[in-house]
Amino acid sequence: MLDKNGIARRIAQEVKDGMYVNLGIGIPTLVANYIPEGIRVVLQSENGILGMGPFPVMGKEDADLINAGKQTITLLNGSSIFDSAMSFGMIRAQKVDLTILGAMEVSEQGDIANWKIPGKMVKGMGGAMDLVASAKHIIVAMQQVNKAGQSKLLPRCALPLTGVRCVKKIVTELGVYEIAEGGGFRLLERAPGVSVDYIRASTAGTLIVDHEVCEMHD
Amino acid sequence: MIDKTVHSVETALADLSHNMVIMVGGFGLCGIPENCIAELVRKKVNGLTCISNNAGVDDFGLGLLLQTRQIKKMISSYVGENDAFERQMLSGELEVELIPQGTLATRCLAAGYGMPVIYTPAGVGTEVAMGKEIRRFTYNGEEKEYLMESAFEADFALVKAWKGDTAGNLIYRSTARNFNPLMAMAGKITVAEVEELVPAGTLDPDHIHTPGIYVHRIFQGKTYEKRIEQRTVLNPKGS
Repeated sequence: MLDKNGIARRIAQEVKDGMYVNLGIGIPTLVANYIPEGIRVVLQSENGILGMGPFPVMGKEDADLINAGKQTITLLNGSSIFDSAMSFGMIRAQKVDLTILGAMEVSEQGDIANWKIPGKMVKGMGGAMDLVASAKHIIVAMQQVNKAGQSKLLPRCALPLTGVRCVKKIVTELGVYEIAEGGGFRLLERAPGVSVDYIRASTAGTLIVDHEVCEMHD
Repeated sequence: MIDKTVHSVETALADLSHNMVIMVGGFGLCGIPENCIAELVRKKVNGLTCISNNAGVDDFGLGLLLQTRQIKKMISSYVGENDAFERQMLSGELEVELIPQGTLATRCLAAGYGMPVIYTPAGVGTEVAMGKEIRRFTYNGEEKEYLMESAFEADFALVKAWKGDTAGNLIYRSTARNFNPLMAMAGKITVAEVEELVPAGTLDPDHIHTPGIYVHRIFQGKTYEKRIEQRTVLNPKGS
């Protein structure tokens, strides 16, 4: 079974040389720590940055320089700053190659819910609805089973949707899945030490197992 | 050159009154018009409809106006940092319209560019789409559905820039730019507060982000706290 860093490390393998990538808040942010040597990527932050760098060293924090998670950050050589309309303009125009974001629920059709629990929690969608409506490639990083033991890979989302039929790939503590054409979670890889039976029991939606599924490797 | 200078925030907001629609620049606490917000608290204007990406934190930014119950309605994309907000919203005291961040930005842009509507795919198939006109368009070789969204109308836009000149030209610094140039274009009356106000002719015209035509009143802010919401540093313990 993978921890948060393990999920981030696995997703980092999906990042290819030359990509512009938007990382959501939470596990997706950790992906930046595991991008393999020699892979050149440009991180987009939707508050208006291309070329986001790591956190600053102590004493160098700048209140005017934050990422979409409101964290103080730095800029890399070759970075640029722009307003919020241009930021979502480049997202809508599909200039950003890959979007990695968290989710509360994903359906077997690729629908995603991650912004609201009616009557309980209403934080808002931020940029997530814009990202999922336009991105060419969307990977979801999430815990497959919640604290109450319920699967979050569902036949249909129960929570209000963020986007429909948009998720392509999902990486959880248990495995890697793609949304199959016509629906269903196709199991691509198992997390170390996790059996297909355990994964089946942890997937409420349709699980598709085409062949002997490999354990993921580093 | 037309002089847009006003000498105090009191003068700049003298005719901002109850029940108006206002835009407030900033992303989180980054690039917010601190002086204007403080003046709204002092003036005790209430019943405000406030268009701003976020709602501040409990004791800073727009959170100050929520504490005093001066805001009737918020139009935002993300409000997760403010507990008072969440309480007032869930209890129904505060009216809230949550909209996608790119939609919020582009509705400001549309207002400043003289376009009454935009079409965006953000929110198609979700509750955001309820009651909205949907049309199919082909873009980038792909046909899909788009929602029609209208340009914002606001009585006042309150923005914050790094430098400005007496002609109202503005330059923003780093990610404090965010929604500020978009809202600056969208107010019936746009008030800009700046860290440094210089005479017209001092700033390089090639470096201007917001041309002065969009700005009606400009003043130099008194003090800026520039509070950091999430102070994150590398190796905080030197590890």
